[in-house]
Amino acid sequence: MSVETQVRSQAEALPVGTPRLHIIIFAVLLVLLLIAPFVLYPVFLMKVLCFALFASALNLLLGFGGLLSFGHAAFFGSASYITAYAAKDWGLSPELAILLGTAAAAALGLGIGALAIRRQGIYFAMVTLAFAQMVFFFAVQAPFTGGEDGIQAVPRGHMFGFIDLSSDLTLYFVVLVIVFGGLLGIYRIIHSPFGQVLKAIRDNEPRLISLGYKVQRYKLAVFVMSATLAGLAGATKALVFQLASLTDVYWTMSGEVVLMTLLGGMGTVFGPLVGAAALVTMENYFAGLGAWVTVLQGVIFVISVLLFREGIVGVIARLTKKSL
Amino acid sequence: MIEAFEPNPDTKGDIILSARDLTKRFAGFVAVNGVNLDIERGSIHALIGPNGAGKTTCFNLLTKFLQPSSGTIHFNGRNITDLPSADIARLGVVRSFQISAVFPRMSVAENVRIALQRRRGDSFDFWRAQRVLSDFDDEALRRVDEVGLSEFSHVMAGDLSYGRKRALEIATTLALEPEMMLLDEPMAGMAQEDVTRISALIRTISANRTILMVEHNLSVVADLSDRITVLARGEVLAEGSYDEVSKHPGVVEAYIGASHE
Repeated sequence: MSVETQVRSQAEALPVGTPRLHIIIFAVLLVLLLIAPFVLYPVFLMKVLCFALFASALNLLLGFGGLLSFGHAAFFGSASYITAYAAKDWGLSPELAILLGTAAAAALGLGIGALAIRRQGIYFAMVTLAFAQMVFFFAVQAPFTGGEDGIQAVPRGHMFGFIDLSSDLTLYFVVLVIVFGGLLGIYRIIHSPFGQVLKAIRDNEPRLISLGYKVQRYKLAVFVMSATLAGLAGATKALVFQLASLTDVYWTMSGEVVLMTLLGGMGTVFGPLVGAAALVTMENYFAGLGAWVTVLQGVIFVISVLLFREGIVGVIARLTKKSL
Repeated sequence: MIEAFEPNPDTKGDIILSARDLTKRFAGFVAVNGVNLDIERGSIHALIGPNGAGKTTCFNLLTKFLQPSSGTIHFNGRNITDLPSADIARLGVVRSFQISAVFPRMSVAENVRIALQRRRGDSFDFWRAQRVLSDFDDEALRRVDEVGLSEFSHVMAGDLSYGRKRALEIATTLALEPEMMLLDEPMAGMAQEDVTRISALIRTISANRTILMVEHNLSVVADLSDRITVLARGEVLAEGSYDEVSKHPGVVEAYIGASHE
């Protein structure tokens, strides 16, 4: 082996630093998102961004930790409710309301996660679903959630006291900063020493235990991180739509975000973004079809499972032999 | 934490791992029944027996992947019966698995590095770039080279051939520099060429450590192991050198009687 090829295969074996391709994709994405609100409807774009963050948060848990949560709506929805309530009834500023909603999701994630990680596989998924249903019934029954109506007409307020968020365009850039920051944060988590341990848990948990890793702690940590980021997405969404409703916390929301992740490509960095954009676009532009949108989603899900199980980005990554 | 411990007076030499009256009952079935084991430091000790003899269960008990119903386990004189698996690994008893235990979607070098990463202690630092792990890169590549996999260091472990996966598994285990290695059928299902290669590898790595290996096949362990314990129906049938156990009437019956292997 020549020195040059040796160096190259060594770099492939143990990559150091961020691949240039990823930096380029992030940069292009940012440029496109900066131009987008002048071409497309900002509220639609903000919805895509919130769901992109939500799906990426789930992907952190599912695609990198190997844990399928079927109850992520609990974190998304509860953060949405708490942000809406704090902004409307307590008159909190938007940044504090978002922070409070996100913190609540983190706390909820700690509680649910600590119990759920005691089970594996399908049982783990069932436990998370059961807890999410409990959160849903709480949202239906509790006096301050507005029952079927939800919390409506949430004021967007002034961020840091001087950024007026009532304009969709201004809010869009705030949401872009939050979501892009969240995505970069997830990227860092995946590519940290902690992320290496996560991938090893996903790949072979008993083997990692046999190497002396206390995997339960890592699983709980990633569960809380994922719940927190899902909460951040839900909290932001509450300000965008000025609404927190039962839809946010219903089990179909948990299912939808799993679908976004699978469709885009679980375990890929950019898959959840593609999946979220595809599904939100479909919902928006085929809204006229009514209940048929759900059928369409079902068909797409079946097709993606049958034909390209790795998801859209997963397939592209395989064909181009690049890690995406 | 170190308790007084009486080694078995029948065995000479320094005992590194010892099990007393090890028993595992599953519902209505005793998989391991009152097994006593003494593993001498620095030896290659083989645990053999026909299918269903309780070899792998025994292994799982020793590394606490299963909780014994009764009995005690001591490592270096310390009672480890109630420790969780990860702690036993941290003490220096590292096991392999019957089905090859690699991390399939990580590169060969990354597989080894994840073991080396244990030296940092816990890795909860999710905010740091994995560049901090590059301190381990040279050693990871060297250990990959040691087991003859250097040209595959960038390959995803899942894409390796069966024999190479076993070699990678050994490299990963070795990276922890365990005082004791427990290998569960390291040669199972291998082509003869691989068996020879892995046998040589096991001999090399046994230089300054203790190895306990489970094998199904008597001939494989014949010239590799210093001492052999034969299990049958969850109990110790015979123990001694290969010459001793191979002439033992009970062993002949268990092997020839049950199957012609």
